[in-house]
Amino acid sequence: MKSLAIINQSTPMANHAGQESVDLVLASASFGQNVSVFFVDDGVFQLLNSQNPGEVEHKHFAKSFGAFEFYDVENIFVCKESLHTRGLKKAQLNVSCQLLTPSELNAQLLKSDNTITLS
Amino acid sequence: MASFSIIVTSSPLESQGCYSAYRFVQAALENGHSITGVFFYQSGVEVANAFQTMLSDELALYPKWCKLADKYTIPLQVCVTAANRRGILSQQDAIQNDTPNQYNLNPPFQSVGIGELVSMLNESDRSIQF
Repeated sequence: MKSLAIINQSTPMANHAGQESVDLVLASASFGQNVSVFFVDDGVFQLLNSQNPGEVEHKHFAKSFGAFEFYDVENIFVCKESLHTRGLKKAQLNVSCQLLTPSELNAQLLKSDNTITLS
Repeated sequence: MASFSIIVTSSPLESQGCYSAYRFVQAALENGHSITGVFFYQSGVEVANAFQTMLSDELALYPKWCKLADKYTIPLQVCVTAANRRGILSQQDAIQNDTPNQYNLNPPFQSVGIGELVSMLNESDRSIQF
């Protein structure tokens, strides 16, 4: 089995990328891939714990991030710089994750056999 | 010689990605590499819609992919969940949806789950996303 890095770049409600990323993470992990999940650029907004997607009749897909650990998806990496430039802090995030600098993110990405970006 | 998995997530009409993927597959095969499969996800599934009707002097990607798949016998795999969300249903999906006569996902495109993507990634040397 191989390792798969899944990179999220979009805000949670701009499109369907967030939901389709969750589908991809859970399904590929259940088929035995060693999955790491990355949140960069506007993708960091998916992690905000103050989201209220019901307000615009969206499904709260970010709740599924809590299920990642049950699929042995424990590597959740967040771009420190993306958070900083958007004025966000780790305390506002809804999942336990590691904050990494862009060069540290690149080092993690290099460890994965395959990469898929959802944007 | 390498084996490639191709992942197409870009929409055929909103981006150049789907056409670039087609050209890449063609070039790789002509140069002796192998394509383990092509997996369509997100808006990439839109190219599998058999109801697409292009004007005769415009680029039509649907028949191009079909011809390529027939010529080289490469699997064109379409994620069923992503496709159904976008109104692209195989005959089997249509039966389950209680609209048995309304389907637009036909061979050589196949309606598959993400498990097929995982098998494809496990079998190939590398993957490229378009």
